[in-house]
Amino acid sequence: MLKSKTFVKKTRSGGVMKIVREHYLRDDIWCGSEACTECKQESTVLQKDACIESNLCSYPHYLIPDTNVVLHQIDVLEDPMIRNVIILQTVLQEVRHRSAPVYKRLKDIIHEKEKHFYTFTNEHRRETFIEREPGESANDRNDRAIRVAAKWYSQHLKMFESDTDGLKVVLLTNDQGNKQKAEESDLLVYKCEEYIKSLIANPELVDRLALSSDDKNEITSSKVLFPEHLPLSRIQAGIKSGSFLQGTFRASRDNYLEATVFVQGEGEDSTEVLIQGLQNLNRAVHQDVVAVQLLPRNQWVAPSSVVLQDEGTAKDDDVEEEEEEKAVTEAARKPTGKVVGIIKRNWRPFCGMLNVSQIKESTRHLFTPADRRIPRIRIETRQASTLAGQRIMVAIDGWPKHSRYPNGHFVRSLGGAGEKNTEEEVLLLEHDVPHQAFSQAVLSFLPKMPWAITPEDMVRREDLRHLTVCSVDPPGCTDIDDALHCRELENGNLEVGVHIADVSHFIRPGNALDKEAANRGTTVYLCGKRIDMVPELLSSNLCSLRSNVERLAFSCIWEMNHEAEILKTRFTKSVINSKASLTYAEAQMRIDDTTKNDDTTKSLRGLNKLAKILKRRRIEKGALTLSSLEVRFHMDSETHDPIDLQTKELMETNSMVEEFMLLANISVAQKIYDEFSECALLRKHPAPPPSNYDILLKAAKSKDVVIHTDSAKALADSLDVAKVDGFPYFNTLLRILATRCMMQAVYFCSGMDSDFHHYGLASPIYTHFTSPIRRYADIIVHRLLAVAIGADSTYPDLMDKHKQSALCNNLNYRHKMAQYAQRASVAFHTQLFFKSRGILNEEGFVLFVRKNAIIVLIPKFGLEGTVFFDGKDKTAPNLVYDEEISGVSVPAPDVGPQAKKPKLDQ
Amino acid sequence: MAGLELLSDQGYRLDGRKATELRKVQARMGVFAQADGSAYLEQGNTKALAVVYGPHEMRGSRSRTLHDRAVINCQYSMATFSTAERKRRPHGDRKSTEMSLHLKQTFEAAVMTQLYPRSQIDIYVKILQSDGGNYSVCVNAATLAVIDAGIPMRDYVCACTVGFVDETPLADLCYAEESGGVSSLALALLPRGGQIALLQMDARLHQDHLETLIEAAMTACKGVSKVLDEVVRQHLQEVSVLTGE
Repeated sequence: MLKSKTFVKKTRSGGVMKIVREHYLRDDIWCGSEACTECKQESTVLQKDACIESNLCSYPHYLIPDTNVVLHQIDVLEDPMIRNVIILQTVLQEVRHRSAPVYKRLKDIIHEKEKHFYTFTNEHRRETFIEREPGESANDRNDRAIRVAAKWYSQHLKMFESDTDGLKVVLLTNDQGNKQKAEESDLLVYKCEEYIKSLIANPELVDRLALSSDDKNEITSSKVLFPEHLPLSRIQAGIKSGSFLQGTFRASRDNYLEATVFVQGEGEDSTEVLIQGLQNLNRAVHQDVVAVQLLPRNQWVAPSSVVLQDEGTAKDDDVEEEEEEKAVTEAARKPTGKVVGIIKRNWRPFCGMLNVSQIKESTRHLFTPADRRIPRIRIETRQASTLAGQRIMVAIDGWPKHSRYPNGHFVRSLGGAGEKNTEEEVLLLEHDVPHQAFSQAVLSFLPKMPWAITPEDMVRREDLRHLTVCSVDPPGCTDIDDALHCRELENGNLEVGVHIADVSHFIRPGNALDKEAANRGTTVYLCGKRIDMVPELLSSNLCSLRSNVERLAFSCIWEMNHEAEILKTRFTKSVINSKASLTYAEAQMRIDDTTKNDDTTKSLRGLNKLAKILKRRRIEKGALTLSSLEVRFHMDSETHDPIDLQTKELMETNSMVEEFMLLANISVAQKIYDEFSECALLRKHPAPPPSNYDILLKAAKSKDVVIHTDSAKALADSLDVAKVDGFPYFNTLLRILATRCMMQAVYFCSGMDSDFHHYGLASPIYTHFTSPIRRYADIIVHRLLAVAIGADSTYPDLMDKHKQSALCNNLNYRHKMAQYAQRASVAFHTQLFFKSRGILNEEGFVLFVRKNAIIVLIPKFGLEGTVFFDGKDKTAPNLVYDEEISGVSVPAPDVGPQAKKPKLDQ
Repeated sequence: MAGLELLSDQGYRLDGRKATELRKVQARMGVFAQADGSAYLEQGNTKALAVVYGPHEMRGSRSRTLHDRAVINCQYSMATFSTAERKRRPHGDRKSTEMSLHLKQTFEAAVMTQLYPRSQIDIYVKILQSDGGNYSVCVNAATLAVIDAGIPMRDYVCACTVGFVDETPLADLCYAEESGGVSSLALALLPRGGQIALLQMDARLHQDHLETLIEAAMTACKGVSKVLDEVVRQHLQEVSVLTGE
């Protein structure tokens, strides 16, 4: 049957357009129930005995949630208890329009087989399609469509009553009007809360319910704490007229009463607006998009130098604000404003801990998120005693103007606090690292085992199996993505080859495996754990260039003379057979051991000699050697607890491998840029603006050392000579500070940018080619290079610079987050380490000075922490330094050896 | 951008069809008496009128005369009211000219032009309402008109557009699908012999997928040919009843 759908739509330019679309109605859309004998379906999703114990419904039943239930109670639907749910097409489409994240989660649930969620295409089934009546709003029409579909289901299932014990459908809605109408037409209908509360077996599900607006009234206190948010229409008008500014809200890590709003201006210029005080922050949460209004100039303030943590209970919020004194110099003042409205909330579920309320019977508790920039959240739960001491996830539902804290609901428990697995989960979630197991769809694109190289694979490959190739990696490395060789040619020159695992051979563009890898962007290394970007079969087996097995590789081969000058470069896909996989230490031993003279060792010596020349030349050109503290843990092999830690040592062989990787990356970057000037994926490292060097310059000045920052070369040279007698660590400290002055290196698409320079490496062009197992950028570079040498075919997205650019943004974000996660993991393991050690005395250095605290670095553990002068429990030892600094009212440069500082006991 | 979901997980398209299903085709032959042949064809919401004159002797410049076969002259136009916004120029713009050329090539491949040397056959097609697949609807309508005119053809020419979404070929695209960023391909087929009269595609598509896409297009064209055959038989029956044979 054919129906025509006509509707009017507003076009982007503001005109009105009439759109006519066909709408076919069908009789072959099945109900998806196991109990049904009438529908000619091939497979069924909904179970026959859909039992879930409930006070309200003692019979087996299917649930039909309406759109708002799905949107607000997706946490409940995700619970494994909730099964046999019919998602109507109407609902699915509305969810898709209104919230992309919820839509994604809903789709994930539908794909999960154990959940028994069935999508019923009601809009195209003849009996359940309805037309919008004159005067009916789109929402009302959808509600009616949902009711009609529910009605159809209940009648449809009634036909098989004899062989099922009264299978029914239950409509869930929170809308009073909808519920009433449904009851009038004899449907079983419940409010979501009612239904969930009636579930006998699972009382804890109640906690996962989001609070709906009428529940919140209970918490009303008479005092209105915050000014009202302006409606969106006024905000938009304000932004247009310039009286408001739109920007991203970034709460301060150190001071909960302070935040900045980052306003993106036209083109490059952007401003930051400072916001201070609870009233002015006005319920904005970190990462929200907000509208701000600038305060008059005489009310502008300087950023506070106090470190403040929200430790107050709900009552004492006006105490801290008075601490702020106004004696600030004019120059330090910054544009200050207040939040007048929220344009877009960016709430996600937050991880943290529950602070159990003092009152024993209370069901309302405060929740402290792990991220200090997020305010505490008030949640309602009956299982506070079990949740205390656990890491839990909480989602924010809303923030009424009379509440000091936002209201939220419990999502799930991650496990006991302090336990390794729980904490790892927390830091992965907090850093938005996708870490679920790979889905079946993704795994289906893996090659079938046992895998062997076929003659077809060999067509466009060079056979390099005879070469003495070896790999050098850190100990315990299972994802070996690079291998090297070096041999003397007949003409006296040297042939050097870098062989990189050919991951792009296994990951074909556009399939689920590729999409998953592109989304993950990078492998994340935590202490003792690795979150893979590609499934393990590839990362640790087929793509890993292990010794004495045949592996596919992408090779970059140079002919060099003995002065390490490149005479010829060529790229080819190849097959290699690595002769040895060594650790850095083993390789170093072979080089040093003069008695060894086998092929591998000779090859290593050749490489080492060339690498030294390459490195010297690079440093002459002005490449920076910076320092950051990285610690390594010695793990207990059984418990995986850290038993000792040491800062990473660098050996000659480390820099040997690094040198050749750099060389390969630069050669490849040049090649793909020559071939695809518009869509090459490159990596750049912008030069930092001069103001970034302030902390470094001040720190150096405190010891009367002068640092030149005009160019990378000048910086490198002056860092080399910056030494203070009797203070050997000073140079390292400066290098650590210099690292913090640097900009982030980023991926970009060559067609979208004109500045390619890599500041840190002092190279005019650079990319990532050498680690395709753990970085997605390298896979794209492999594909580009493969096309450039005619070894593979291209596909549209590869040549689309806008799509590439979007991909780069994701990769940059994932890389940044992976780095943070890595750091957080190290910090956590350091704490685990100290848990069993008690109080230790170690040497520490002051990095920065704040008004009421100093930031201290302990190099032995790579640990950085804030020491408050006026803490609750630490008093006496700090007073000494207090005197020294008390004369300084603004942060002063004072980096120097303040040896033997008491170690914080946490 | 949250665009339209062209193919749902359940396998239904925007308008409720499955991937391989065609839109509803309705057609009539012999709608005008003055012309030598005419037909009206609807494919979903796309509606076209085709008229054929000839074969007759060359008109206009005689220099174009071919001595071994007939010249086919095609003109494609769109009614000003055929789209959501009123069209300014019904014909003569770049797109129409290109379309005319494509039609000409298609019918030169199908009509047995060698039977009419030194003459001309005119085919005029007008789109009355446009909702995607204009080229294929024109070809299908024109086929019926040529048959109505009694001009011998090697076979029916049937055309269909196919698009490629989520690794699945979609048959007979409607406008929403065509404009939704699908790489689409138009194919005109002589179904009995399986010869391709015209294949046109101006989107990017990986060559690995081309085969499957052409395969799907050919199946769709064969579907169309069945419907057209039905229409022709129906029409002949009606006519023979009228003439009393």
